Amino acid sequence: MARAITTNRKIINTAFAWAIGMLIFFPILWTVLTSFKTEAQAISSPPVFIFFDWTLENYAVVQERSNYMLFLWNSVIIAGGSTLLGIIIAVPAAWSMAFVPSKRTKDILLWMLSTKMLPAVGVLYPMYLIFIELGLLDTRIGLVVVLMLINLPIIIWMLYTYFKEIPGEILEAARMDGASLGKEIIYVLTPMAIPGIASTILLNFILAWNEAFWTLNLTAAKAAPLTAFIASYSSPEGLFYAKLSAASTMAIAPILILGWFSQKQLVRGLTFGAVK
Amino acid sequence: MATQHSRSAARFMMAPAVILLLGWMLIPLTMTVFFSFKKYLPLRGDSLAGGLEWVGFENYVRFFSSSAFWPSVQATLIIVGGVLIITVVLGILLGLLLDQPMWGQGIVRILVIAPFFVMPTVSALVWKNMFMDPVNGIFSHIWRFFGADPVSWLSDASLQSIVLIVSWQWLPFATLILLTAIQSLDSEQLEAAEMDGAPPLKRFWFIILPHLARAITIVVLIQTIFLLSIFAEIFVTTGGAFGTRTLTYLIFQRVLDSQNIGLGSAGGVYAIILANIVAIFLMRIVGKNLDA
Repeated sequence: MARAITTNRKIINTAFAWAIGMLIFFPILWTVLTSFKTEAQAISSPPVFIFFDWTLENYAVVQERSNYMLFLWNSVIIAGGSTLLGIIIAVPAAWSMAFVPSKRTKDILLWMLSTKMLPAVGVLYPMYLIFIELGLLDTRIGLVVVLMLINLPIIIWMLYTYFKEIPGEILEAARMDGASLGKEIIYVLTPMAIPGIASTILLNFILAWNEAFWTLNLTAAKAAPLTAFIASYSSPEGLFYAKLSAASTMAIAPILILGWFSQKQLVRGLTFGAVK
Repeated sequence: MATQHSRSAARFMMAPAVILLLGWMLIPLTMTVFFSFKKYLPLRGDSLAGGLEWVGFENYVRFFSSSAFWPSVQATLIIVGGVLIITVVLGILLGLLLDQPMWGQGIVRILVIAPFFVMPTVSALVWKNMFMDPVNGIFSHIWRFFGADPVSWLSDASLQSIVLIVSWQWLPFATLILLTAIQSLDSEQLEAAEMDGAPPLKRFWFIILPHLARAITIVVLIQTIFLLSIFAEIFVTTGGAFGTRTLTYLIFQRVLDSQNIGLGSAGGVYAIILANIVAIFLMRIVGKNLDA
């Protein structure tokens, strides 16, 4: 039975939902708007909403003064590098657990997940010490490795749930036709697995980009990504609202766009397949 | 179907991931446990090479009995509990709303989800300066508009402010998962109840809420694990002052600020035990799902 929905009801729903959506989105919108104001307009009372003199000056200043490109580049390398490294290690592992399961597969998967539950602060000093010993403090490669390790369980789990959905009969058919293990992976499995791998890359890139414990504690100047760059606005520069907004907008814009594409994968990736 | 050959190939392919995670888990953890039984103050000349004094459970006792411990437990509980209640209740309401027919549903969804993608340092700083600043923040403008005195949010209502910031970050996650669960509800059941004359509130209480129980449990468990270790939101707003020093932040200060490694490590072991208690419940649910 299809329920008749009155137009009135729909109008009320729409108005209500849009109002709440805008309320939740407002801090982001306000940050973006403020980034185009002059510093004087940014703190004017009462606040100006859109009728101000739009300017790109803040972006230029942030760029110039703080070497923004270096932080951006660090973020790209650290988030991208850790995600790719994680994928390279996780694909074979997830593949073998999905297609050649053994009695212990479930235990191994759960154990891997349990490493994700380790509170970072509990191992802060050991990591600090290891980083000093190996000369990794304030280097991009050090952070690539650490972020890869903290996200590896999520990567393996996401890939595992995607691989599980590929029907095993197709693999058997390929094997009957005489395909070797290597050929089976390259020609049969990979094409079917690419959408899953792509979503996994997307979500983990976002998680690594926004990671703000290790990036704050294990970097100083050279390898600091955008999370640390923004934290440096904590005081007293944070009082320059327009510049803070410009820096913030540049730090979150790429991820907001990627995030919109990944909203469907978010549920699967962050609940470890428990909610679909 | 698996032959002996493919079995050993599978083991070989799994090895890198297993070895890396094993090392990641065991090496730092062993070091933390080791330090927790030692007197280790690098600023006073203690060093690994010079040998560390074994102090038994002294660090554990001192961490537990220090005057900062119980307030930090209290701050942690208020933040985690507050955020959980706000995000789950609002998440259910928002999920129900977004499930209704409307125009522009996709766009509203995007607006609601967006905060999840904002990096923690940005959201903390934007809230701190542009909303909660007692002179120029939006809240102070609103307060003045209504003739009230602006509030110094992060010093006078520090815990509430942190709860607000973190709830804003996590509401999208709760909403998205609860919305997914609501959408998987069999609509015929609801229609049958409606035809039998069950009012909306009863339909919600007896059909929708029980259906959501599992999703709510998962939201609570996963958020708890992440919320127990929030760091950046406190680091850039109050720096642990004004009663916002959580257990995580207290350990961070012991280790990096006062460089008392032994004491901080004992705190770290407490944090690990606490997280594991939550994790056990989460793993049970996830594990059950694997069998299905």
